[in-house]
Amino acid sequence: MDIPDTLRYARSHEWVSQPEDGVVTVGISAFAQDQLGDVVFVELPAVGDEVAAGDAVAVVESVKTASDIYAPLTGTITAVNDALENAPERINEAPYEDGWLFRLQVDDPAAREGLLDADAYRAVCEEEA
Amino acid sequence: MRYAPHTEEDVRRALDAIGAASVGELFADVPAELLDPELDLPEPMDEVALMDHLQALAARDDARSPSFLGGGVRRHFLPAVTRHLAMQSEFVTAYTPYQPEVSQGVLQATFEYQTIMSELTGLPVSNASMYDGASAVAEAALLAMRATRRDRIVVSRGVHPESREVLETYLHALDAEIVVVDLDDLATPVPGDLDGAAALIVQNPNHLGRLETMDALADAAHAAGALFVSVVDPLSLAILRTPGEVGADIAVGEGQPLGVPLQYGGPHFGFMVVTEALVRQLPGRLVGETRDVDGRRGFVLTLQAREQHIRRGKAKSNICSNHQLAALMATVNVAALGPHGLREMAEGTVRNAHALADRLEGEGYEVVRSGPFFAEFPMRVSRDPRALRRDLQRAGVRAGLPLPPEYGLGDAVLITATELTRPADVDALLAALRAVGERPEEVAHG
Amino acid sequence: MADHTAEHDAPLLFERSRPGRRGVKPPVVEGPDMSELLGEASLRAQPPRLPEVSELDLVRHFTQLAHRQFSIDGNVYPLGSCTMKYNPKVHEDAAALFTDLHPAQDPEGAQGMLELLWRLQGGLATVTGMDDVSLQPAAGAHGELTGILMIRAYHVARGEGDQRRVVIVPDAAHGTNPATAGMVGYRVVEVPTAADGEVDVAALKAALGPDTAAVMLTNPSTIGIFESRIREIADAAHAVGAQLYYDGANLNAIVGKARPGDMGFDVVHLNLHKTFTTPHGGGGPGTGPVGVKAHLAPYLPRPVIGRDGDRFYVDDERPESIGRMRSYFGNVGNLVRAYAYLRSLGADGLADVAEMAVLNANYLRVRMAEQGFASAYDRTCMHEFVAQPPEGLRTLDIAKALLDEGMHPMTVYFPLNVREAMMVEPTETESLEALDAYAATLGAILRRAQDDPAWLADAPTTTPVRRLDEVSAARHPILRWTPPSEPGAEAAD
Repeated sequence: MDIPDTLRYARSHEWVSQPEDGVVTVGISAFAQDQLGDVVFVELPAVGDEVAAGDAVAVVESVKTASDIYAPLTGTITAVNDALENAPERINEAPYEDGWLFRLQVDDPAAREGLLDADAYRAVCEEEA
Repeated sequence: MRYAPHTEEDVRRALDAIGAASVGELFADVPAELLDPELDLPEPMDEVALMDHLQALAARDDARSPSFLGGGVRRHFLPAVTRHLAMQSEFVTAYTPYQPEVSQGVLQATFEYQTIMSELTGLPVSNASMYDGASAVAEAALLAMRATRRDRIVVSRGVHPESREVLETYLHALDAEIVVVDLDDLATPVPGDLDGAAALIVQNPNHLGRLETMDALADAAHAAGALFVSVVDPLSLAILRTPGEVGADIAVGEGQPLGVPLQYGGPHFGFMVVTEALVRQLPGRLVGETRDVDGRRGFVLTLQAREQHIRRGKAKSNICSNHQLAALMATVNVAALGPHGLREMAEGTVRNAHALADRLEGEGYEVVRSGPFFAEFPMRVSRDPRALRRDLQRAGVRAGLPLPPEYGLGDAVLITATELTRPADVDALLAALRAVGERPEEVAHG
Repeated sequence: MADHTAEHDAPLLFERSRPGRRGVKPPVVEGPDMSELLGEASLRAQPPRLPEVSELDLVRHFTQLAHRQFSIDGNVYPLGSCTMKYNPKVHEDAAALFTDLHPAQDPEGAQGMLELLWRLQGGLATVTGMDDVSLQPAAGAHGELTGILMIRAYHVARGEGDQRRVVIVPDAAHGTNPATAGMVGYRVVEVPTAADGEVDVAALKAALGPDTAAVMLTNPSTIGIFESRIREIADAAHAVGAQLYYDGANLNAIVGKARPGDMGFDVVHLNLHKTFTTPHGGGGPGTGPVGVKAHLAPYLPRPVIGRDGDRFYVDDERPESIGRMRSYFGNVGNLVRAYAYLRSLGADGLADVAEMAVLNANYLRVRMAEQGFASAYDRTCMHEFVAQPPEGLRTLDIAKALLDEGMHPMTVYFPLNVREAMMVEPTETESLEALDAYAATLGAILRRAQDDPAWLADAPTTTPVRRLDEVSAARHPILRWTPPSEPGAEAAD
């Protein structure tokens, strides 16, 4: 299972990119999209929303389930991936690239270090599988 | 017993297979003090006694005399073919179509229903029906609150009083604010204050039967960032300007006039039709078209992730069932009548209602008219409306739906006509009014 | 993919339509034009594009659709928690006696109707062990909403409305329970199910507190196990000032044999379309009357049917009522059917329903276990049980294979806490032979699947349509038919 080393991960299966000017990109992992099955719809937050780490900010739906996506860090939403409205399958096909969900201006960039690294996240996936 | 087929032999065979000595043993987990209470219920009746009993009850009901009652549900022509087709046992004794391969009957009929409601309202997406018009109004308010993230609802007093009561019941627990807009000259004026409103809800025709000018109201709602909810009579949409044409975001209403028997108030069905933008917020079931593995067209329940069995605490609504069989009957009926028949019924209703109003005015009664109306109109009366309705019932006519004091008309009733209203019925109404002492000169001095 | 736009096995009404065709003509009323009576500005610009079919075409259409529909009248339908029992035909005759009454008729013109409703109120109160009943709610979920609103009103009246914001439900609860709590602005706390299939009482007690508004339970539980410690749970809930709500979905297991009112429940809703066999209708209408103990009676929705000597009246004067849940009195057509059932069975008949329902469920549980479908909880069940296929086989595939045998699958993938769950409720109206056949068919599917897994994944092959693309239906929803000339119309693949 693909778990890129350059990213950080939350236990709830969100990935977080390296920050660029204090802004990170967030999506769900290859493991998560596989568990969900074919994604049919994504409910994204609004640009400008202020979110706290742990808040449910998005919903990814498959035919039989709907999964909450949680903000991995505290900050403000700066962008959402509008392309997912007509092509939700990008989350399945390219969860780390075209399937990104939203970008977040992080209040405290150092907090990213508190998230799981690739090895720790791999262990979480093995536990759940 | 009655419908369980088990003989003593069956029970013995089953207990042997299970490894239990008695049926009582199967209830061993139920604490003894709770088991087998004395139930004070009448002795069971066989089928003959049952029907005798029910017929005796029904004999004390008036299901026959001329009726001038409306207020959202009315007696319209319901052809025999409608009832026979809708009540086929495969439709009646089917469950929710969760296994679509063996449920194409219900699923396709629902897809046809959704299409019909979309055509009538001029909006693109209908759900598979709801409990009734009143609860559909409440659900529309909840939808608007979710979509706009606001908690203020502005509603016209022209919306049926029972719908407004249900709206209050539903919203009361959510700390939402409901503001009622008074009618002016029997119609809804453009409200002064729509700031922060999630929705403006207006009914057309309104509870007093009057047609409303919806375009200006829709514009005012949108200017304030609110959704416009149009509560409509589905039969009237055979001829009237549609919610889609006036710019509504949501159309809801009571479906009974499209072809469901009166049944003392239910089951009927509510409908909700919305714009594309609101599809994901729509409560209730939805049927969509798709293909099977061989490329054959088929239908499935879709977008189920909105619903309670998946979203649970975060569902759009707790609604689980729809009023499938009632909506099916309406679907069959609309197809039985076709667009021409539906239009003729609507036109017949308008003509008979206007002719009745003219006749009553001609006899000196005080019909309250300020503009065009569809099936009904208010009439002032000389006594408490409930007393009048009772007196008219005793005189052999079902008429005099009481209008509440909030409309500022004094003692007044709603008089309704449909395409079924015959001259002899109108004569009977006039005779009954005179017989109970409801004479025009009484009203003028009343 | 093949192009099926030109002809479909089952054309839509709109595809059968031909301009000028007419079905049934209503009485025609001559008179002035609509533009004269209503004004041109009130009228719609274009007529609705509704189907134009002859009466025979209409009959063929809906008869053919009926033939593409599974029903209880057709074959066994053992959906867990749905109680798919036989819908007696005499109930249709019963309902036909009351179809032409307008709800706004003067009560003097509806005394027979009102008496029936009053007697049903009382009968349901007796059956459930409650003090008062409202027949108004239109469905089980609607009854739940009614019940939770009444509980909320109770707490508000006692000055504890703001304090009590939490509803406790078992994790095996039906989705409507937490959805209902959410509609009222309550927070839901889920407590786990113990290994024996009963709710974890210790966890439930630990979750109780001064912020608890209500505990929502069904008994037996969704898994078909009786909550034997229900009195203890009731006492614990009441001790913290919470109210206990009974979800009546599983009443068929105990109807006539035990009463939620005696167990300590404060509010109850019944699903008459389950326990009292009013028809499911392809998804509705249902009926969800609520029963309450006396302390909650003031909050019942209005109106309630009252009796004064030999006169029955509509009781609208209820100042503390939560208000109206819907228009008029309720789904009266189905209330008449339920009343007919109640009068046909009596107390002994109802007890027999529960006894035979529980007997049948245990019988099928044992037969299915013999065929390789072990019960998830190794104990006597009540009216329903949860089974699982052998490791490696998917419930979904087995369900589809059952369709090829002309049988309906059980409820699949519910409750959520059991892997590959199969929830089975035969009801009391099935014969042992029907249950034998069902179990034997499952066994045959299992054996064939072990020899030929590809066959199982391919099922069904004999139904009117085969497995449908639900992903596409959700990603690109087509929710109505569109005339061919327009964008959005079916395109050839």
